[in-house]
Amino acid sequence: MAIHAYHSTKEYETFSYLPQMTPEQVRRQIAYAIAQGWNPAVEHTAKGTPARVSFWHMWKLPMFGEQSVDVVLAEIEACHREFPDQMVRFIAYDNYSQSQGVAFVVYR
Amino acid sequence: MAIKTYQSGVQEYRQTYWQPDYVPLDTDILACFKITPQPGVDREEAAAAVAAESSCGTWTTVWTDLLTDLDYYKGRAYRLEDVPGDDTCFYAFVAYPIDLFEEGSVVSVFTSLVGNVFGFKAIRALRLEDLRFPIAFVKTCGGPPSGIQVERDKMNKYGRPLLGCTIKPKLGLSAKNYGRAVYECLRGGLDFTKDDENISSQPFMRWRDRFEFVQEATLKAEAETGERKGHYLNVTAPTPEEMYKRAEFAKEIGAPIIMHDYLAGGLCANAGLANWCRNNGMLLHVHRAMHAVLDRNPHHGIHFRVLTKILRLSGGDHLHTGTVVGKLEGDRASTLGWIDLLRESFVPEDRSRGIFFDQDWGSMPGAFAVASGGIHVWHMPALVTIFGDDAVLQFGGGTLGHPWGNAAGAHANRVALEACVQARNEGRQIEKEGREILTAAAQHSPELKIAMETWKEIKFEFDTVDKLDIAHK
Repeated sequence: MAIHAYHSTKEYETFSYLPQMTPEQVRRQIAYAIAQGWNPAVEHTAKGTPARVSFWHMWKLPMFGEQSVDVVLAEIEACHREFPDQMVRFIAYDNYSQSQGVAFVVYR
Repeated sequence: MAIKTYQSGVQEYRQTYWQPDYVPLDTDILACFKITPQPGVDREEAAAAVAAESSCGTWTTVWTDLLTDLDYYKGRAYRLEDVPGDDTCFYAFVAYPIDLFEEGSVVSVFTSLVGNVFGFKAIRALRLEDLRFPIAFVKTCGGPPSGIQVERDKMNKYGRPLLGCTIKPKLGLSAKNYGRAVYECLRGGLDFTKDDENISSQPFMRWRDRFEFVQEATLKAEAETGERKGHYLNVTAPTPEEMYKRAEFAKEIGAPIIMHDYLAGGLCANAGLANWCRNNGMLLHVHRAMHAVLDRNPHHGIHFRVLTKILRLSGGDHLHTGTVVGKLEGDRASTLGWIDLLRESFVPEDRSRGIFFDQDWGSMPGAFAVASGGIHVWHMPALVTIFGDDAVLQFGGGTLGHPWGNAAGAHANRVALEACVQARNEGRQIEKEGREILTAAAQHSPELKIAMETWKEIKFEFDTVDKLDIAHK
């Protein structure tokens, strides 16, 4: 069997080993986060930001209690329009665990 | 107050240590023992003997008993129950006053509760099935140095289980070759790699050389992938002094996580190392070599759910818990019970999972459950279902055995994991639809496709030796 060479690439943590999600797939992940009772948020940063940087720029404030997937998607889009050359990630804050329930990069 | 006078001689244990009307206090440590008595020893006497020998009592009355308030200090057997499906033994519940034990010392609990009593002649076999630690005791223990949430924040891993791999062959690699294997795994998409527990500082690879090459590998993989990475550097050592020396060096070179074997290394060493980790901002991975010696026999020893509670109190951010589906023993319901005990803040009594007591952990952090041993990509849907997000799934052979090498093996596992998490979040039944989910994911990952072909026939379907006690006759 032929052995394929493996090339390392820049990755972005959760879901970055899957193909870039379609808008419908992003929508379903946001719906999951909202159904868990988590609070949606959007962040952005310059491409090439090192792994050790914990803090990206917040896009506005977290959307506490937001139940509409459309509202969240609209904020992701607005952030992307404002910073078309930057990475944009979706975050869901879990205030009970005082951590993030999920976080993944939507625009790589 | 009743007046007591000294009567030398031998009394039946039950006169002092069997108290069926006793109502346990919120501060008592409660134990459930499975007792197999010798022929002719009745249940109440056997239970009272266990309570006596694991607390204040000895085989004969001594005059110094009357110098203390024995009614305050004694352990009491207070309830007996049949073991479902097994007439040779029974459950005995014993309550111990909290002042029998040193604060913050699981060592103190074990020297009494699983001490001499396990060699006691009047019982044929004895097993400690479960312990209830009162919150008053929990609060005196250090617990996990960081805990699940802090580790997620430090490592930037959210919304999914973490992925690891134990470097193989277990023994014999040089430090530089070992570092190579680590680098390949991490650059391919794993979050962690792990020293095999057998690796300490042997002639073929001294610890200091390993630490340096492994750290170089970790930093390079981090720089290339843009993700945070770590390798569990095993600091289990012949002496505490040597253990701390290795831990200090790991910190000095910037490693995020170290590793300890809490049973073979010892509970005293483990609590000390956990405190050191808390003071030095290091994560602590805990391996459980020797556990099966203690926990596999259904009639004698210590159940793993007790060893899990002991570790959470003693301190560790990860603990190996078995995989259910891999090459090593582990009943599914029972495993679900002890991973709850490791991670949740309150775990209610649930006999269907083998949990005999409510356990309140208060604010003590939880630790990641580590599933390791004979697992590969085909197990991924089951593993994600069983363990949920707060786990580290460790594929050793399942990474390193990939036909294209470690990096491709790591990549295959990462794709499989993320595909399963994505599908789960979309509401799909991933155990049932596992084949379709993995097959679809393999469309865009040749690494996963080859892994699925390589391991499609490998299963480990042997009957479990240590089953839950349900009527299975």
